[in-house]
Amino acid sequence: MAEKVIQIEIKRQSGPDAPATWEKFEIPWKPGMNVISVMREIAANPVNANGQDTTPIVYDSNCLEEICGSCAMVINGKARMACSALVDKLEQPIRVQPLTKFPVVRDLSVDRSVLFENLKAVKAWVPVDGTYDLGSGPRVFPQQQEVAYPLSNCISCCCCMEVCPQFNDATGFVGAATIAQVKLFNSHPTGKVLKEDRLRALAGDGGVQECGYAQNCVQVCPKQLPLTEAISDVTRDVTLQVAKDFLRA
Amino acid sequence: MAAPKIIVVGGGLAGLAAVIKIAEAGGNVDLFSIVPVKRSHSVCAQGGINAAKNLKGEGDTTWKHFDDTIYGGDFLANQTPVKAMCEAAPGIIDLLDRMGVPFNRTPEGLLDFRRFGGTLYHRTAFAGATTGQQLLYALDEQVRRYEAEGRVRKFEGWEFLSAVLDSEGVARGISAMDLRTMELTTFPADAIIIATGGIGAIFGKSTNSVVCTGSAQSALYQQGAWYANGEFIQVHPTSIPGEDKLRLMSESARGEGGRVWVPRTPGDKREARSIPETERWYFLEEWYPKYGNLVPRDVATRAIHKVVYEHGLGIDGQPMVYLDLTHIDRATLNRKLEGILEIYEKFVGDDPRDVPMKIFPGMHYTMGGLWVDFNQMTNIPGVFAAGEAEYQYHGANRLGANSLVSCIFGGFVSGPNAMAYAKSLKAAQGDGGHAQELARQRELNQQLLSSKGKENPFRIWRELGDTMTKNVTVIRHNKNIAETEAKIVELMERYRNIDLSDRSQWANTSFAFTRQLWNMLQISRVVAQGARLRDESRGAHYKPDFPERNDEKFLKTTKASFDAAANEPRFSFEDVDIQHIPPRPRRYDAAS
Repeated sequence: MAEKVIQIEIKRQSGPDAPATWEKFEIPWKPGMNVISVMREIAANPVNANGQDTTPIVYDSNCLEEICGSCAMVINGKARMACSALVDKLEQPIRVQPLTKFPVVRDLSVDRSVLFENLKAVKAWVPVDGTYDLGSGPRVFPQQQEVAYPLSNCISCCCCMEVCPQFNDATGFVGAATIAQVKLFNSHPTGKVLKEDRLRALAGDGGVQECGYAQNCVQVCPKQLPLTEAISDVTRDVTLQVAKDFLRA
Repeated sequence: MAAPKIIVVGGGLAGLAAVIKIAEAGGNVDLFSIVPVKRSHSVCAQGGINAAKNLKGEGDTTWKHFDDTIYGGDFLANQTPVKAMCEAAPGIIDLLDRMGVPFNRTPEGLLDFRRFGGTLYHRTAFAGATTGQQLLYALDEQVRRYEAEGRVRKFEGWEFLSAVLDSEGVARGISAMDLRTMELTTFPADAIIIATGGIGAIFGKSTNSVVCTGSAQSALYQQGAWYANGEFIQVHPTSIPGEDKLRLMSESARGEGGRVWVPRTPGDKREARSIPETERWYFLEEWYPKYGNLVPRDVATRAIHKVVYEHGLGIDGQPMVYLDLTHIDRATLNRKLEGILEIYEKFVGDDPRDVPMKIFPGMHYTMGGLWVDFNQMTNIPGVFAAGEAEYQYHGANRLGANSLVSCIFGGFVSGPNAMAYAKSLKAAQGDGGHAQELARQRELNQQLLSSKGKENPFRIWRELGDTMTKNVTVIRHNKNIAETEAKIVELMERYRNIDLSDRSQWANTSFAFTRQLWNMLQISRVVAQGARLRDESRGAHYKPDFPERNDEKFLKTTKASFDAAANEPRFSFEDVDIQHIPPRPRRYDAAS
């Protein structure tokens, strides 16, 4: 029996300003492979489908169990995590390219630091007094925990931003992930002390008003965050805040 | 006087905890991490964090937590720091709660606790089955707050290469490589804290993340830092075997009632659910009636090994056993374990709410690490270590849900101690060794770039992982370990003939990996030789030829130091602090 082979095509780019080209590989199949293990095979034997020597693929990865958020890329047209993209469930040739809305560093590695900057801008933290022992935290009922926990599962992979038609340079939209974190911290008994600051940060250009309700974000999210619900809740709060600020002024 | 400048290397729980303490005390921090800190390996911790809060009316105390930890670690841990950690744990949980960690709750709105291995108490606070992720995010958010205030500078996408040491061997900063421009730079600091996690990558496949290579610890060991108890490696009883890695199936699955079993008939072809109770062997419950499925990890791992390899009862003749949750209702499973059940579903394709999971032991945790004193400082003045990168809290075996607390506690101890040390530090002579270290690192890079051999670094790595996993994990024989030692020496020779295949100087991940690989080879020798020298069985270290614990000879910390001239480790042994709890036999099968 002939050895089973995986056909994969990878969009490569040697640097941010270099032209992109597609490179084909044929990799021996093994049971249970994911896209990451295919790229590891390439690294161990860097030869492309034409038999030419090449370089290992550059990509971001860390935990390989879909919790660190590193390995987001576009696989067969879909933004997803490469670690949970199982070869046996993918149509071949598998086509892999970097996320398209973020600056390419090299090959499949992209710069997603914009999300971390956005989280800074909306003060996505609970402002505790200090780390010394101040006794137990506020009581939180299980019903509240069950709302907070799913929002806190966001792995910052940026897939929701990748698929959002409004996430682009023209709008400057912050994207769903940041808005969901605003909902999370605004609902925390202590975190809500910064609620007004967060809502004001999401008023105006690039804020919640940019959302076009395409609902792509909620479909693509690998952690099934209730993103559209968060956007509509926060939009309502932003609207109220804007009205309040207007009346105060 | 200017505020002290501290460098923290590693942005997992230990590193972030240290950063927060330093920033809070008015220090300035430069935080270095290979990955954006929010993607650090701490996110992988699943089951929970231990603290004797005694919220279940069981009479739990911090002393009992201390005793369970020392006993679980087979008396190898120095007792004074462990005692301090267990006493601090309830306050740490409260702090995390105040920071907004979405811990699971009781109906009254209090913290909920579950059971974990190696204890009879409900002592583990948890946020679903993604506790590490939630804890890391809480600390990450606090650090972001300090970053916004200008107290913390993050260097994400930078790799630590070495400490900068002055002519007296005192740390004056670090050398690091920008993983995009591949540029080498040294950074000055009054003290540095190493919080770079475990060394799973030396075993090829493990439950660890890609960055857990032990490269930083190894680099420091080669600069003169002692590496302690390297031979103590935890093999987690329940992982999901995979082509690229072993994925953890949390102990919380058993903490919530999961049962481990195999069919009593070898090679039983029936579907798991159709096998009647009487034809299933719940071997952990039979062998360990008191703790049942919640024996410590080393005990469960050896039991699974025995059932598979001695009794020949692995599922379908394969090295796998069942971990069964199907008797628990779906709503409970979803509330308490959803995160890990999803992992199984995604990567295996079966729903563990309906079908028992197939699991097998996998390399998981590094008990050993950089030697530190009770202030978390290594033997290199000014180099501190915290978290999995150091050796101090878990002895010969770590109890489940103690890692998160040891990371945060170690970070909280090291941060203020590094500040205190920095405040009394005398000014460096000359440039403090910066120019010399930069030149040394440039030379190392140049050697690699000009190497024109035939060896592929990733294949050397695979061979290293294979030999380490085969001979230096669950069952250890001196003869086999000697084979592995010889293999590592062979791989080091071959490393000198490496072919980089990518020599570009932009975001060259295989270049960075190849530099790590040398350090992995060096630290593997410490692990293997330490295992060979310890002729006894203790905690995770098990030798069939020496099945008993030997306190007279080996109630000692193993200390490896690097002999640069010979390019190999030298070993010495140090007494263990046992002033609080006298060592007693460790028997989980006994009814007492």
